[in-house]
Amino acid sequence: MTALRPTDEAGVLAAVADAVATGTSLEILGAGSKRGLGRPVAAGRTLDLTGLSGVTFYEPEELVIAVRPGTPLAEVGHLLASRGQALAFEPPDLGPLYGAPADVGTIGGMIAANLSGPRRIKAGAARDHMLGIRAVSGRGEIFKSGGRVVKNVTGYDMSKGLTGSFGTLAVFTELTLKVLPAPQTATTLMWTGLADDAAVAVLSRALGSPADVSGAAHLPASVAADFGFSGPATLLRLEGIAPSVADRAARLAALLADAGPAEAMGGEPGLDLWRAIRDVAPFAATPGTVVWKISVAPTAGPKVVARLPAALPSTAGSRHFYDWGGGLVWLALDPTSADDAGAAAIRAAIAAEGGGHATLVRAPAELRARIPVFEPQPGPLAALTARLRAQFDPLGILNPGRMVAKD
Amino acid sequence: MIPRFFRGGKNCRQIVANSKVDETGRRTRGRKSHVRAQDAGAGSADHARRASIAAALRRILPGEGVLDGDIALRPYESDGLTAYRQPPLLVVLPETTAEVAAILKYCHGEGIKVVPRGAGTSLSGGALPLADGVLMSMMKFNRILDVDFPNRCAVVQPGVTNLGITRAVEHAGFYYAPDPSSQIACSIGGNVAENSGGVHCLKYGLTTNNVLGLEMVLMTGEVIRLGGRHLDAEGYDLLGLVVGSEGLLGVVTEVTVRLLRSPETARALLVGFASSEEAGQTVADVVAAGIIPGGMEMMDRPAIAAAEDFVHVGYPRDAEALLIVELDGPPVEVDHLIGEVEAIALRNGATSLKISGSDAERMAFWAGRKAAFPAVGRISPDYYCMDGTIPRKALPQVLAGMRELSVKYGLSCANVFHAGDGNLHPLILYDANKPGELQAAEDFGSDILRLCVKVGGVLTGEHGVGVEKRDLMHEMFDDVDLAHQMRVKCAFDDGHLLNPGKVFPQLRRCAELGRMHIHRGNLPFPELPRF
Repeated sequence: MTALRPTDEAGVLAAVADAVATGTSLEILGAGSKRGLGRPVAAGRTLDLTGLSGVTFYEPEELVIAVRPGTPLAEVGHLLASRGQALAFEPPDLGPLYGAPADVGTIGGMIAANLSGPRRIKAGAARDHMLGIRAVSGRGEIFKSGGRVVKNVTGYDMSKGLTGSFGTLAVFTELTLKVLPAPQTATTLMWTGLADDAAVAVLSRALGSPADVSGAAHLPASVAADFGFSGPATLLRLEGIAPSVADRAARLAALLADAGPAEAMGGEPGLDLWRAIRDVAPFAATPGTVVWKISVAPTAGPKVVARLPAALPSTAGSRHFYDWGGGLVWLALDPTSADDAGAAAIRAAIAAEGGGHATLVRAPAELRARIPVFEPQPGPLAALTARLRAQFDPLGILNPGRMVAKD
Repeated sequence: MIPRFFRGGKNCRQIVANSKVDETGRRTRGRKSHVRAQDAGAGSADHARRASIAAALRRILPGEGVLDGDIALRPYESDGLTAYRQPPLLVVLPETTAEVAAILKYCHGEGIKVVPRGAGTSLSGGALPLADGVLMSMMKFNRILDVDFPNRCAVVQPGVTNLGITRAVEHAGFYYAPDPSSQIACSIGGNVAENSGGVHCLKYGLTTNNVLGLEMVLMTGEVIRLGGRHLDAEGYDLLGLVVGSEGLLGVVTEVTVRLLRSPETARALLVGFASSEEAGQTVADVVAAGIIPGGMEMMDRPAIAAAEDFVHVGYPRDAEALLIVELDGPPVEVDHLIGEVEAIALRNGATSLKISGSDAERMAFWAGRKAAFPAVGRISPDYYCMDGTIPRKALPQVLAGMRELSVKYGLSCANVFHAGDGNLHPLILYDANKPGELQAAEDFGSDILRLCVKVGGVLTGEHGVGVEKRDLMHEMFDDVDLAHQMRVKCAFDDGHLLNPGKVFPQLRRCAELGRMHIHRGNLPFPELPRF
């Protein structure tokens, strides 16, 4: 397969224009660390964007950075950290979940998949931090949208529209993002021994309190050991200036005293813990399992999980944990649990508990080709999605099949 | 929801309370014709069909849901951009999603244009009717359907007011964060259409960051649901495209919003400076210190004077620039950060500095800023409110540019500025009674927006493009950029039946737009290298 590796926007335009002219499909790649996320793509050529690397501009006082899509996310993180700033949505490093080394993923890949970490509940998703884009659409045309300021309603917000589109509408050539001050300190409060539903009730109470929680996770017994705990751990993270964090931690512990005594954790152990939650570390260590990412209303998380044993032929070896206050369930199943990797049972459980979506985040290519990786959409919505795709990529040459079969 | 074109004096309150007020006879001088070349022509034919269309719509909406009398239509002829007026062909007031779907399906089948409208507080003419179009008022969708505290969200109908959501949840210590200054009147559906902001955007985001889900009806009558009580989209981020789409993509019939816990305390600083540069540096230093205030507002000398004359709260008249910085959160944090901001302001040469010791005092600090528009309305027969956003560092340059433009056009200008997020609201003072002044004010405004774009900013921060800034879109976007925006429109409404004439400077048929000029053996881009 031909591999194209342009080094600037003109090169990307040339590559896409040629693909348009010759009717050749392209698989769009950053570092390829998350190539297993989405349906398998069968394309005539690969378009590797790692040659478009580097920061276009960074103005800390203006809280804005513009980067080329092939820039390693870790590099952006280090640059921002040098000025006490960060991408507030806490982007995960999912590469290791797919067997790639840590810290190789690009910012373009992260935006293409709209990936956000534990702080999503407070700071918003990757899409909420996108201010502007430059891209080449599947028509072989360079276009821009948005700008470099936070408050902007000039035209449709295509920066958001392209975030999470997995390279099926356009190829990024520059991304402009909002950055924010990094938290100065953090403390994590931990309760032990809670069952899933009780734990999520605790998380909900905390998130509805004035404590300004920036991380809310529950690690059931089956994953506790991976995080270094002996039993179920319910975690709430507070970030900010030291006197505020101390004050909020004391009051939150008092508010939730009926759940038992809270243990406080700070410093490196706390950072490592949230990084492991962010990167789904326990499941990276078990490459033989299939991994689902389930997004539901926070209180529905444990209810969806509770429905699974009755709905699946086997849940032996299944493991799960909760982030986003219970609204994000990471679920690992043995591939033999069900013929469809559990898709039907999981999606039925979500529908029965008020709706949401399930993504088959990791599975062998054969399964990902056979089972809808992303939540199937009702007719009119699926048709609208297809029309939008056709407007931006009428020949279907960009990452064909990555999101839905036959597109 | 102060009208953008605004008659000052004693009429303010009336207009503020209800933009639908019929002001015929008081405003004819400032009136502008909205009809554009592309809108004209079809008009007379559709007018002739008014009776049959009304009859058909009455079969969908029995009772008083269809208005077609001249007097009944009059209140709808304008939104907050009151210099533009146009009575619609007729008005429909549906109450259910099924009714909205049936109306849109009928209009789609008949090729009838539809303009959706919420409370009608748009400052950019987003809900300006079309002579040959049906105006769909969503104000009968006024119920709060569910408040879900454990999941921190509320499900509401689009006609519920922005403040109405907060009122329904504040007893439990929650609120809905975006707070446009029209929040007492503007509808959440309108907020979704315009991606409304407010003074707290920097810390809490705009509408787009606070909406979790929508139910909406496409022009075909198909009903779709985007998002819900969960986070993130299951496919393309259509929610991100729809919020801020100015009523061109669909009619929203239900909104799920994120609720936040109300901050425990808020305190504010009121700081005067001898120059806008010093005030601007203070803003930059606050941000550089890692502090994101709940609100950070700046006013220039003319705005300070107008506000102080109006509300008498002790603003420093000798200051060239005034900063209001509000910090919110737990008391321990607020007290700590107030001290830091104070030190930064003093380091930058603050000439006066007050810190609120009580909530009453904090509200007094805000009183002048919140009354800035009517205050300016007192000193000028009319004013024109602009809405550009700039990188904060460009503020001195833009203010200097505005002073030059002020001389050029012979019109004064007062500035209020959401300093935290760079959103400028210059208020151009003019008198519509003087021949040529309205045009001069508009030209002055357009030049200000061009200047905003030139320094790296944008045409509109929160008021929308609407009809007002439609013809300036080329200042920011080239034809290819705009064609890609229109392709979004084509995916949702390929007949351009929903709110046509807004946002885009030129309507192009989707089929024409969609043509890819590829011929066998005849490559596009012949100048490009081949692989």
